[in-house]
Amino acid sequence: MSDELIERVRQVIATSKRIPVERVTIDSTFEELGIDSMDGVEILFGLENEFDINIPDEEAKTSRNVRQMVAGVERLLAAKSASTPATQ
Amino acid sequence: MRRVAITGLGVIAAPGRTACEFWKCLIEGRSAIGALESVDCSGLRFQNGAEVRGYSHQHYFEDRRADFMDRFAQFAVIAAREAVTEAGIEWTPELRENTAIVTGSCVGGQSTEDLGFVEVYKMGHNRVHPLTIPKTMSNAGASHISMEFGITGPSFTISTACSSAAHAIGQAFWMVRSGMVDLALTGGSEAPFSFGILKAWEAMRVVSPDTCRPFSRDRHGMILGEGAGILVIEPLEAAQARGARIHAELVGFGMSADACHITQPSAEGAARAMRGALRDAAIGPEEIGYINAHGTATAANDPTETAAIRSVFGAHANKLAVSSTKSMHGHALGAAAALEAVAAILAVREGMLPPTANFRMADPECDLDVIPNRARPAQVEYALSNSFAFGGLNAVLAFKKV
Repeated sequence: MSDELIERVRQVIATSKRIPVERVTIDSTFEELGIDSMDGVEILFGLENEFDINIPDEEAKTSRNVRQMVAGVERLLAAKSASTPATQ
Repeated sequence: MRRVAITGLGVIAAPGRTACEFWKCLIEGRSAIGALESVDCSGLRFQNGAEVRGYSHQHYFEDRRADFMDRFAQFAVIAAREAVTEAGIEWTPELRENTAIVTGSCVGGQSTEDLGFVEVYKMGHNRVHPLTIPKTMSNAGASHISMEFGITGPSFTISTACSSAAHAIGQAFWMVRSGMVDLALTGGSEAPFSFGILKAWEAMRVVSPDTCRPFSRDRHGMILGEGAGILVIEPLEAAQARGARIHAELVGFGMSADACHITQPSAEGAARAMRGALRDAAIGPEEIGYINAHGTATAANDPTETAAIRSVFGAHANKLAVSSTKSMHGHALGAAAALEAVAAILAVREGMLPPTANFRMADPECDLDVIPNRARPAQVEYALSNSFAFGGLNAVLAFKKV
């Protein structure tokens, strides 16, 4: 879980929810940040655009805090680079 | 105030192209949900919907007339024709002036609009078709019904998302009851299957990847549907005097706003709409025998609706039969409440309650008798039909056996 990845995810959440990025920490829960289901869907949309990934509905349902969200993005990014053939 | 009779029913939807076909499918517990044919779903996370398969306007309209009508407006006229024919209405100039049309539609002709936008944004063309506006407007269904029958009385369209048709039927009911008009054609129509709209639904993450399983613990969301339902309503005395067949009596209408959240439902708001319908009908909660639930099969709706029903009905909730026919005809948005009103009317008329299809596992948060998978014979004196829209706008109709 790189600092850069965490930073980008925090930024997406803060921008979408319109709260200061300082309020969003790796240990924040959605409940603490006041993120309801529609906010959550908007954040997923933001993350898909930021990282150029597709987040499946099942994956999305399991995230309840920032740490799980970062881990999910990391997993999807790893899967994406594995499926992209390396250029010589 | 006058009592109000339902004397005509018309339906076109995935389960059938007439009210009779629709009802037969429902009481057989057959889900009409399947792979969408009219839209290429390869770029979507879901592939299924409740579609009027193989539909062609040519069975119903001359080509030139159909040019002016989006699919949703065609459905409205098709259902209205059936309802009017079945009600045996004999038009006179006076009656045409004293007839109201109140329709519901959520998205109107958005698939027509979608095509126009593809032309300018994607194809880079400089012009869109000149009929895009009159085909897209949400009132096109009401307008085409008025032209079909020459009806010149008060006519309008209500758009309250998933409650549209319930609000429409409720308004028409009050207009007939108060004496403002002597007849009304009312219901809703919708045809939401176009790629752009489906993409927007996908982004909300409320659509099921397989099917619609209301109140089942393994539910995964809603399935979109299309179609139209139209009722003919008139004063009970007039219907009896002309010897019309009376399907049921429309006795109550209640509405409320959650004033809470743009998408999350509130049990309190839903309960207030149900109480409003009971109050309007001047009946007690224990008199209700069946509820056609909003029952979308989303994570949020079904437990919230269960809590609302429990709060209104108390101990009687354990004796109530509740089903969501969306499991069979899908969620037809602005037409949903019209299809469900037809289901509730036929349930009281026939003494047969349609089931909740696709049900697999009991959910402790939805602990009602949801009539799983099989229709049930039961004589019911009164039934409710619930509609709770995005935006927190709720509408509930009450029907009585005749």
